[in-house]
Amino acid sequence: MTRRVGMEVSFALSEAVKNCNVDVISAYPITPQTHIVEELSQMVADGDLDAEFIMVESEHSAMAACCGASAAGARTFTSTASQGLQLMSEIVFIASNMRLPIVMAVANRSLSAPLSIWGDHSDVMANRDSGWIMFFVESGQSVHDHVYIAYRVAEDSRVLLPTMVNLDGFQLTHVIEPVELIEKADLGDFLPPYDPQIQLNPLKPVTMGPAGTPAMFTEAKKAQEVVTWNSRAIIDEVWEDFGKRFGRHYKAVETFHTDDAETIIVSMGGLSGTARAAVDKMRKEGKKVGLVRIRLFRPFPAEDLRRILSPAKVIAVCDRAISYGGPGGPLCSEIKSAFFGYSGAPYIANFIIGLAGRNVWVTDFEHIADRAQQLVLQEEPAPYEIIGLRE
Amino acid sequence: MDINVYAARMLPQAEYFAPGHRACLGCGHGISLRLIMKAMGPRTIVSNATGCVEITSSTYPQTSWRVPWIHVAFETAASVASGIEAAIKALQRKGRYPEKERVTILAVAGDGGTADIGMQGLSGALERGHDFVYVCMDNEAYMNTGIQRSSSTPYGAWSTTSPFGAKSIGQKTWKKNMPAICAAHGIPYVATVTPAYPFDMVDKLRKAKEVEGPAYVHVFSPCPTGWRLDPSMTVQIARLAVQTGAFPLYEIVDGKIRVTEKPKKLLPLIEYMRPQRRYAHLTEEDVKKIQKRVRSEYRKLLKREKEGY
Repeated sequence: MTRRVGMEVSFALSEAVKNCNVDVISAYPITPQTHIVEELSQMVADGDLDAEFIMVESEHSAMAACCGASAAGARTFTSTASQGLQLMSEIVFIASNMRLPIVMAVANRSLSAPLSIWGDHSDVMANRDSGWIMFFVESGQSVHDHVYIAYRVAEDSRVLLPTMVNLDGFQLTHVIEPVELIEKADLGDFLPPYDPQIQLNPLKPVTMGPAGTPAMFTEAKKAQEVVTWNSRAIIDEVWEDFGKRFGRHYKAVETFHTDDAETIIVSMGGLSGTARAAVDKMRKEGKKVGLVRIRLFRPFPAEDLRRILSPAKVIAVCDRAISYGGPGGPLCSEIKSAFFGYSGAPYIANFIIGLAGRNVWVTDFEHIADRAQQLVLQEEPAPYEIIGLRE
Repeated sequence: MDINVYAARMLPQAEYFAPGHRACLGCGHGISLRLIMKAMGPRTIVSNATGCVEITSSTYPQTSWRVPWIHVAFETAASVASGIEAAIKALQRKGRYPEKERVTILAVAGDGGTADIGMQGLSGALERGHDFVYVCMDNEAYMNTGIQRSSSTPYGAWSTTSPFGAKSIGQKTWKKNMPAICAAHGIPYVATVTPAYPFDMVDKLRKAKEVEGPAYVHVFSPCPTGWRLDPSMTVQIARLAVQTGAFPLYEIVDGKIRVTEKPKKLLPLIEYMRPQRRYAHLTEEDVKKIQKRVRSEYRKLLKREKEGY
């Protein structure tokens, strides 16, 4: 039987990691990820989780140790945030081409400077092209569920890619939410033990991570690109199986009141809860506003977005990161690219919100919807706007 | 009575570091790795840092490694080894690892990957006490990228980034003492070796393999290309390094040092330096200054050995 409890989201995540029976955890503490590694340390100390916990001296070594452990055939977990993700970034890019199915929870937090411990998406966006499958979750329940989903996808022999579960720092990691915990017994064969295709094993020597000359480098990258796109079908398959077993249905792009919407707000991660409340309010006032929540960022669900967003007049994309001197927020750039060259694209407005944990209220989303409708009427497309900026 | 008999045929016949690799003529690494791998044996997994060894032994689709081998990045030999060790520990405990016997984890990195960029990761792995052997293949500069100085480059030596000139003697700093730094972590085994003393090398690596916990072995490995040395002199120059006191051979077992090769009288340092054009710009005065330092360091070692710490 599943248990419905009130639980801090970091603990709900750790509970799922425990139920996945991971073999090796390698992590370095960083706010706001600390509750995750503290809880996991306790589980190992109590004997509730039979794993080796490598308390490394840096995030760089955390990811390097994960690579070693995963290559040796262990189910491997790590978690980090912000500066930690930046420090390990070098190895994050290597893990994907080496096809190591590591699962990492990123408690999204802004990047220095100025130093800030609060949440936004600048850390993960700096690692956008690292070749990991990237989920963005929005509730304690989806955090818990996506640990199982992430391992099932990552370890699928048709995928074998590291997978990142992004959850907003503090706004998600440190809140208490109702969560239906999936117990180990209920998990059944949803997640079989990891069966590595290639493994560091003296009985069958293999050379992993060799040097690649220009004669084969492009082919190695093409292979990685193909498997990343192909992973989408497996992700959908796993979500469907999860829905059948546990009754919670997930999609790459989730919609709320989009069918007849003239304006659609697009968001990713925890703030979509507030956006949803705003859409409810606006609907009651008779405004035709809808909401799209992107749950899968890599591989990018461009086709889904074209299908869902095309009928609308205006799209308001909310980014929690800035590409300085660039075209605006990184999410909006992706959506604009998705529409480029297709006829009948809606007007796409870009808003930067919630940097370093700055609160975003229902009224902010109302303002975003109104402002997007005003921008359509302008002759020239508008650049991005920062919401809640004090001048 | 203690009888030590050494004969080449007593070494294992099997080769785990295969010929055909792309190392330079006279490379000290090739000679050393062949012996190191004989000591490690077939039940070994190698975690290799980026560097000369990695690039000359693994260029896809060829490999010189007849044991499982992994390369991740430049500064990660020790941290990747930590992960492998932890994984095997967990998987063997859970009955899910194909090899049931003890597996030797060998981390291989150059002096740059050890004393510079990889130092933090190495220190962490030593402190955590993983059961692994770390060998530093010290050729005293970044040779793979074209002879740039590292913190392991000796004082006075020329390199492309420690050039000599009107205002420079060459390398301005004394060689970082990595074995002492590793020993300070309180690990069970530290040793220095060179390919000029092959039996000593194999002997120490076997000990390193046998101890439980981290072992650090510093391999003094001449680089004819970077040292501007006749490639036929690799072994000879390594021997001279020991006989002049430039690179003493010793081991530190549970904190207690033993100097394993004691020349009756140290040869003049110039005999070691003269064949290497990286030292050709030094004046007699400079050589004297360096010899003074080398001798004082050597005396310190003997004193430590005598006093038993």
